This record gives sequence, C-alpha cells and structure tokens, in this order.
Amino acid sequence: MSATTFRFGEGNPQYDAQGRLRHLLSTEGLRERELLQILDAAESFLSIAHRSVKKTPTLRGRTIVNLFFENSTRTRSTFELAAKRLSADVLNIAVSTSSASKGESLMDTVNNLMAMQVDGFVIRHPEAGAAHLVARHLGDSALVVNAGDGQHAHPTQALLDVFTIRRLAGPIEDRVVAIVGDVLHSRVARSQIHALSILGCPEIRVIGPRTLVPEELSALGVHVYHDLQAGLRGVDVICALRLQRERMESHRLPSLDEFHRRFGLTPERLQWAEPGALVLHPGPMNRGVEIASEVADGAQSVILQQVAHGLAVRMAVLTILAGAAGGE
Amino acid sequence: MHRIIRNIRVMDPGDGFDAVTDLAIADGRIVARRPLPTDFTAEEVLDGSGLIACPGFVETSFQAHTPGHGRDGDLASELCAAVAGGVTQVLLRPDTQPMADTPAVLQEQRVLADRLALAKVHLSGAFTSQLQGAALTEMASLAEAGAIAFGQAKEPVPSAALLRLALSYAADLGLPVLLHGEEPELAAHGVMHEGRLSIRLGLTGRPAAAEQIGVQRDIAIAALSDCPIHFPHLSTAAAVAEVAAARQRGEPVTCGVSIHHLLLTEQDVGFFNLHAKILPPLRSTAERDALRHALATGVITAISSDHSPWGVDREGMTFTQAPFGIAAVEWLLPLALRLVDEGVVDLMTVLSLLSVGPAQALNLPAPSLAVGATADLCIFDPESYFTVEPARQWSRGRNLPYGQWELRGRVRYTLVEGRVVFRG
Repeated sequence: MSATTFRFGEGNPQYDAQGRLRHLLSTEGLRERELLQILDAAESFLSIAHRSVKKTPTLRGRTIVNLFFENSTRTRSTFELAAKRLSADVLNIAVSTSSASKGESLMDTVNNLMAMQVDGFVIRHPEAGAAHLVARHLGDSALVVNAGDGQHAHPTQALLDVFTIRRLAGPIEDRVVAIVGDVLHSRVARSQIHALSILGCPEIRVIGPRTLVPEELSALGVHVYHDLQAGLRGVDVICALRLQRERMESHRLPSLDEFHRRFGLTPERLQWAEPGALVLHPGPMNRGVEIASEVADGAQSVILQQVAHGLAVRMAVLTILAGAAGGE
Repeated sequence: MHRIIRNIRVMDPGDGFDAVTDLAIADGRIVARRPLPTDFTAEEVLDGSGLIACPGFVETSFQAHTPGHGRDGDLASELCAAVAGGVTQVLLRPDTQPMADTPAVLQEQRVLADRLALAKVHLSGAFTSQLQGAALTEMASLAEAGAIAFGQAKEPVPSAALLRLALSYAADLGLPVLLHGEEPELAAHGVMHEGRLSIRLGLTGRPAAAEQIGVQRDIAIAALSDCPIHFPHLSTAAAVAEVAAARQRGEPVTCGVSIHHLLLTEQDVGFFNLHAKILPPLRSTAERDALRHALATGVITAISSDHSPWGVDREGMTFTQAPFGIAAVEWLLPLALRLVDEGVVDLMTVLSLLSVGPAQALNLPAPSLAVGATADLCIFDPESYFTVEPARQWSRGRNLPYGQWELRGRVRYTLVEGRVVFRG
C-alpha cells in the first residue's frame, strides 16, 4: 500500500474496515470482550509451557519480524519465544536509532521487510506513534504489535499485568490498583490504566511527585496522589514503575535517594496497603530506587510470574491477530 | 488589456460597498463601477452573474521553500496554489534554506518572483541571524534588497536583551516586525498542545502559558522601542488578551490567527494525525471559541493560512519527526466561509480579515475595489460546493487535514494588476 492511499483521522487504526482487531497498538479503545479473549487464550497457553513439548502449529509458515529500535531484553526475548512456540519463523532486527537517523526511514525499513513477504511486525521504537504509522501504511497486509512506542503505549505489558492481577489477586472489578512512580513518562502506566478501566477496575490511583504525576493525569480516569501513605491506603495491587535516570537531568527530581525516601517501596510502606497486596514491576528494576530488594524478592512480589505470563499473553496476541488475518 | 465584468456583486471591505454592478478594468486599475463610461471598450467581457468580487487576499505567512530543494514545493508551485486561492499578495517567510538573512537570498527571491508574475511577492528579512535570536541581521541592507518586514517565522527570540536591541534597530527603518511569541524553555521539545490528549498520546506538549508569557514579554519590550509588531499566528485567549490590552494603551501591536486554529482543535490530532501538527499547536475547544470571539470583536484583525507545504516524504515520518505545518492556501476562502456559515462573523468581515487586516499589519496600501484602486481581485462563486482532494491541489504540499471536507466558495478568477492569473 503506498503512502498516499491511506487517510488520517478515520478512527482507531488497530481495527480493519470490518471492525476486527487487526493490529495491537494500544489498549486504549479495545473492547472488553477482545481483552477478555486475549486473557482467556493466554490461560490456555500458560498450560502449554508446562508440557514437555511446548510448541503448537498455530503460526506454521508465518514469519514474524521483531523490529526493535530500542534496547530490550525481556520484551524482545518473550516475543521471540512466543512466536517460536507458535511455530512461526522469527527474524530479529535490532536497529540502533543512531544509525536509523543517519539513513533509512522507519517506513523504508518496513517496506524492505515487506518485500520479503513477512506476515507480522513486533515493533519497539523510541517515538510515540511509530507503530501506528506502520500499521496505517500496511493496512491489512501484515499484523503489527506495538512493543513500546516512546512514552505512549506498551499494550502487551499491560495485558500481562492485568492477566497477573486477574490470576493472582482475583477479579479486577473488586480491586483497587495503585501505579507508583514516573507515570508521566511511562508507556506501561498509560496502557495499564486503559486496560484496567476497560476491565472495570473500580479505582485506579497514580502516586508520585507532581513533576512526574501531574494533576492532568486525572483526564485518564485515575485518582492522583502525591503522598505514598495516603495513596496506598486500601490498595490491593501495587504496580511500581521504572525510574529513568534522565529524570534527574531534566530537573524533575533532585536525586534518586530523595525519590526513594518519598516513594520507594519498602517492606514498612507495604504495610500501608491491604494485607497481602500484590507488587508488580515491569522491569528492569532499579533496586533501592523505586523498589527495595526486600520487596522485589519478597512474598508479595509477583515480578517473575509476570515474565512467565508475558510469554503466554504474547502467544495469545499473535494467535488472535493472525486469526483475524484469515489464516486460521 | 481592458476588461469588463458584468453583473457582479462587488464586496469591498475597504469602503463597505456591497452591490451588484459592472466593473471596468484598464491598465491594471479599476476605472469604473456602473455606470461604465460609454466609450469604454473591452477585449474581454466576463459574466459575473452569481459571483462575488472582493479585494485579493493578503497572506502574511507564506512558506514557498525558495531557496530550497524543491521537493516540498517551490515559488512556482506555491504561488500557483496562492492565486488558485484568490490570494494576490504574499509575504514570504524567512525560514527558507538558506534563510533569508542576507540580501543575496532576497535578491534571488525577487528575481524568481518577478519572472513568475503570479501573486505579488513581498519579501521579509530574518529579524535575527539564522532566526536564532542571538545576533542582529543587516536589516538596513535587507530593506534595501526589498524587505518590507522582518520576521522570526516560528522561532521566538530567547534573549529579552537582544529582542530589545533588534526592535530598536528595526524601528529606525520603519518596517513592521512579525514575532512568534512563545517562551522557548516552557515549550521545548513540544510537538502538540499540552493537555488531555498529549497526556494520552505520551507526546511532549507545549503549554498555552508559554504563548501567553512570550507574547506578554514581547509586547512589554516592544513598548520600549516603539517598533510596530505583529503576531501572525496566535492560538490562545490569554495571548490575544495581551494584544487587546496593548492596543487599548495605544501601542502599535496587531495579531492574526491561522484559519486552522479557528476550525480545528487538539482533538484533530486523534491517533497521531501528522496533518494536524502545526505551530503553534491546535488548542482546546475553549481556546478555539475564544479566538472566534476575538475575531468578532475585532481584536484579531487578520486570518492567515500559515501556508507551510510538505511533500510526500513527510507522510512516512513519525509525529515527533515530522515538521510542523499545513498547506491549504488554495482553500483559504472556502475554509473561512465556514466561519460565516457557523455564524462567527459575516461575509464582509471575513473578506476584510483576509485582505484589509493583513495589509494593515504589513503596512501595505489598503486593498480596495474603489475606482482608481489597483485591480487585485478575487472573484468567487459562493454557491459552488466541492470536496477537497489533497492529491489534486496545486501546492506540492500534501499536508492538510481537510481531505474530503465539503466546502463552498470556489475561486473562479484571480486578477493581479488587472491580469487574470487564475481561472477556475
């Protein structure tokens, strides 16, 4: 499809003309039944992981490209493993953004890969909207999964988080969830908020200093707190976020230590939440900054389960999107 | 060449004349309204039934990428677009490549514009070297090379001290200065309005307060130098209020607004719609309504298309990478007629905001259709409806959010000094 045939402003680009989910770009605007379909499919894939033969033939003959313009260990490797366990051929391409900025544009890279007859892209890019751009240009010709675009969205991370909450904390409709840390710059937090809202979470809180958790975030339907103790009261699930070192350089925080003093999750502060509240973190963690090791490795932490769930959720996403392409 | 246009509704915001009449044009001037002199013979007689004639429009912010590489348009393609939109005078923006901060660039623009002989091309010199706001340009030399104004295109002048000196220096030359009022650090890296949608999309925003502070500061500094200044594209109620207050104090400050800020809002960015990425950014509905109100009350005196063409290369860029701008000069009038249809202002006021107001801001003679006036005309059919097809426009720009919009008011003829430069 050439660059001039699509038009902007025609609704949510992750759906095709028939309203089927064709790409996964954001959790925003997903229908509840689609979200549940992914989570239910992930349940069945989770059991496969415990079999001695871990493969299914679902994507046999298909080629999935992992196109990563940013570093990633967890997301890239679980997407790779997910595609392989579905019997797809996988091509991993890591493009350093510095070389991309010198030469080929994102769309040229994608078009070259399309010329090799690939069936899907898993894209991570430092700029918001990159996966949308690719999806708009490709239309129905290949599936696109957003594996993180700038500060905008990271839908599969949010899906694995809600999957984890549903499995380990019970029905989302009765759980109070708090997201703690640098919400403003977090694609994970944005995607979590939309996914939790769609699944009927009665109360979503965001907690952090005003420089990282501005009042305007309430536009997303969340309750804003700048005090950890008040914010954690009555909370069943705590999602910690990774704090980037750049936030110090841009003067949003005076120091990592002071952030830890105000908002770091320690065993004592965990007592402020409901007893047994779950602790999630998308990784990679800064131990001693947003989370103390005692919490990260403690009984309430489900951080490693998240990784296992991530694999199942990504298998579910690839299967469902490929199914919509008519291959099933 | 002598021409007669018969039975045309003449609307002249210069003197308020509005009647169906005949117009006689000779030697580049309007020589008579009905009754025509009996001895007047014409080589061409145009039937103006059902059409409206008004003064040609004056565009205060026109990017033609000349000099430049041409892929995004050049003076020829963009002036064709301008006359197709009924625009008879344009002021070239100085943010060309290389920038218009030396007389040589202006001389090149002059030669090319004269050869094309489409719309009248006015030149602006860069107000500061490389538009960086760090050093003065040779403003007297730029004026000698034909600059009728100095401008900063889309760049603020970060240093208040340098702004003061540059305005004082410009005041000697008696030419207006066009400023982009915005506090640069507050707006740094912003690609859209800071608000609910920028939060949703994870894009860096430019707060409305940055424009207010920038405009407030620029006005206060201009008051120290008595240099006339014009803000060609304001986007916030607060900034417009600063201009209104300065005008009340009698300071020589005017402001304009782009048609896009009057019709669109931040919501048009939707899911990373590049075509809605402009500078200043599209704001909230409340800001748009305040701008509309300021048009009606006469605080804003000019409407611009802020013509900024970008070709197909831009379509493959991410929202953050893509340069700012919309190319829609050829639909300026039909877009502005939406304001009439929505009851914001009446037709005569719109025509004034497109011609008289911008000319005043640039210190140009007031456009007029009175006898003796230069025959720069736009003749349009207010009842012809059409659908905007971005791929089929004269401009080489493909960056406009109006694709498939149903508009009315096709331009039928554009005349510059009595010559027909466009027939639609």
